[in-house]
Amino acid sequence: MWDILVAIFPYAIIYTIPMLAAALGGVYCERSGVTNLGLEGLMTIGFFCSALVIKHYAPYFYANYPEGSFMFSTMPAILGVVAAMAGGAIFSLLHAFASINLKADQIISGTAINMLATALTVYFARTITGSGNIRIIQGIIPRNIPLLHKIPIIGPLLFTKSYWSSWLVIIILLLSWVLLYKTSFGLRLRACGEHPHAVASAGVNVYHMRYFGVLMSGALSGLGGACMLLTYANEFNGGVAGLGFLAIAALIFGQWKPFGILGATFFFGFATTIANVSQVIPQLQTIPTIALKTFPFVVTLIALVIFSKTSAAPRADGQPF
Amino acid sequence: MKKTNKEKLDFLNAFQKKDSLLVSLSAVLLGLVAGLILMFLIGENGFSGYNYLIRGATMNSRRIGDTLATSTILIFAGLSFAFADKAGLFNIGISGQILAGGFLASVFALHVVLPRPIMLILLILIGFLGGAIWGLIPGFLKAKFNVHEVVSTIMMNWIAYWSVYSLVPLWIESPQLQTESMAVPSDFTFRADWISKVFGGSNQINMTLVLVIVTVIALKYILDKTTLGFELKAVGSNRYCAEYAGIKVNRDVMLSMMISGGIAGLAGIAYYLGYSDRIQIGVMPNVGFDGIAVALLGNNNPVAVLFSGIFFGILQSGKGFMNANMEIPPEIGDTIIAIIIYFIATSILFKNFWGKIFKRKEEKLEIEIEKSKEEK
Repeated sequence: MWDILVAIFPYAIIYTIPMLAAALGGVYCERSGVTNLGLEGLMTIGFFCSALVIKHYAPYFYANYPEGSFMFSTMPAILGVVAAMAGGAIFSLLHAFASINLKADQIISGTAINMLATALTVYFARTITGSGNIRIIQGIIPRNIPLLHKIPIIGPLLFTKSYWSSWLVIIILLLSWVLLYKTSFGLRLRACGEHPHAVASAGVNVYHMRYFGVLMSGALSGLGGACMLLTYANEFNGGVAGLGFLAIAALIFGQWKPFGILGATFFFGFATTIANVSQVIPQLQTIPTIALKTFPFVVTLIALVIFSKTSAAPRADGQPF
Repeated sequence: MKKTNKEKLDFLNAFQKKDSLLVSLSAVLLGLVAGLILMFLIGENGFSGYNYLIRGATMNSRRIGDTLATSTILIFAGLSFAFADKAGLFNIGISGQILAGGFLASVFALHVVLPRPIMLILLILIGFLGGAIWGLIPGFLKAKFNVHEVVSTIMMNWIAYWSVYSLVPLWIESPQLQTESMAVPSDFTFRADWISKVFGGSNQINMTLVLVIVTVIALKYILDKTTLGFELKAVGSNRYCAEYAGIKVNRDVMLSMMISGGIAGLAGIAYYLGYSDRIQIGVMPNVGFDGIAVALLGNNNPVAVLFSGIFFGILQSGKGFMNANMEIPPEIGDTIIAIIIYFIATSILFKNFWGKIFKRKEEKLEIEIEKSKEEK
């Protein structure tokens, strides 16, 4: 059993991280009072931008730097991550403008973002490569963390063959917790999602706060898309297969709290991994595929029912100011 | 006879009342312009792009038949969304309901042998039932536990997706391909020689086209002429007010989601037992999301949904021909649809824009009317 756990744990982590990044973006957005159903689309944009930039610029680094050097193996990925975050943030402006300035129906705007992102990225991808898939030569190379990977139990689970992108997301998660709960800025941001008029009367510009929230959701969803490309996808193929929607479910499951969503996304990541590897693990073969595959979604529905009584949803979530 | 200023003013006022039509038309226009820009952006002539797109969808009666077959599914999906939206529910789970209805009906058609007319009627009922169950669950969760229907219907989408993924190989796997179901015998699908002949031998057009028109009329009647329709609209415009007026809001929420899901189930039979004759696994029917676009463009009015469904059907079905003749990726169709939806979401822009123009005109006319009165 331990061997199986060690074997599948890295996969559980790389499935978790993209969702975690997007859901964390959702925390910023919804805490500031804007519902964002467009996480799926914003992830797709990040997925696309990182693939495009890496495909375009990686050959330059491969040609000019020795194999194995930092510039050769890591720089393209860094560029990809930056491009994904920038792309996601810029695209999220569409949602910000509609829902903050125009007081549009945020769910419709989010739906439009999703449809637009999927269609537009494939449209351009096809123009560039013909098939619509953008393959990158190399993602992030997983490494053991020095010293830490020798710690018993957690060493093999967490610090062996880990990707730096995963650690980046975890660090952003910790910083976000500090920002949201330990600073006055975070307090104001959260208050914008609870009672914007009170915050406004205290002299805070609610529009700016909400723009910040939406832009963060764009940047972090983009980061999620890049993580997906650089760890397990290795090519842009038209969409993120519902991960963004799962991130929204995780956001509610995790009750709009940074560590809550860490637990929720890890649950999804782990359950997905188990369903994916069930074919090769004898102990799991007795369980019907349908049960394994639908498990995370059914549990989410049940969790939603349980949490419905004590929902911690931001009170002004989705309401124009 | 020349129109008097008073008549002109009345006309303006009447026209302005139709502002939802004006918003939809403005959004379509801007969407098409954006599509034009996107085509020029990749170095292609956008005008000939549209030319091929329209010709691909309407060049001859066979192509019109194919377009209408696509439209049929879109209209069903649009009606499904519109019906729930009337009661204030955002049904984003149409894809799952399409799968549920289509899968259940396909399983039935592949396992039971009955005379064709009875079979087809049963398939309609089963398709409706499958979708209705899939819609009822989120409706129930919404009514009983106040679980937001957006999240629960998305979960139901994936449950349907993976259920079909695992059950097709178990129950109705095709002997040739592991990724799809057996083909349903043509006697048990909605395809028919007579309708195919009408449309120049199109093999996608099928009798669900008739069913969709019946559904449009039925929904129009339910929403405009029955107590249920009135109640649903009351729940949609103000839930608490409706409750205060004695309407059983929870029951109506469940009923609305159930009927909405049922209509999506009909889209499922139109898709898997008409347009196609088999289910491919691992494919989420995107038409469920397009249905949102169809309904929003039609402002949730069943008759308008019919037209917006045909319009989107042209975009969807002509893109293949365009792609075959020019270097424009077929996704331009989906892009235009998405842009139209974004412009509908931001419709307040147009409302303000047209409002200003109308106001200016009106003021001018009013001044002229005043002047002519003084002269008298």
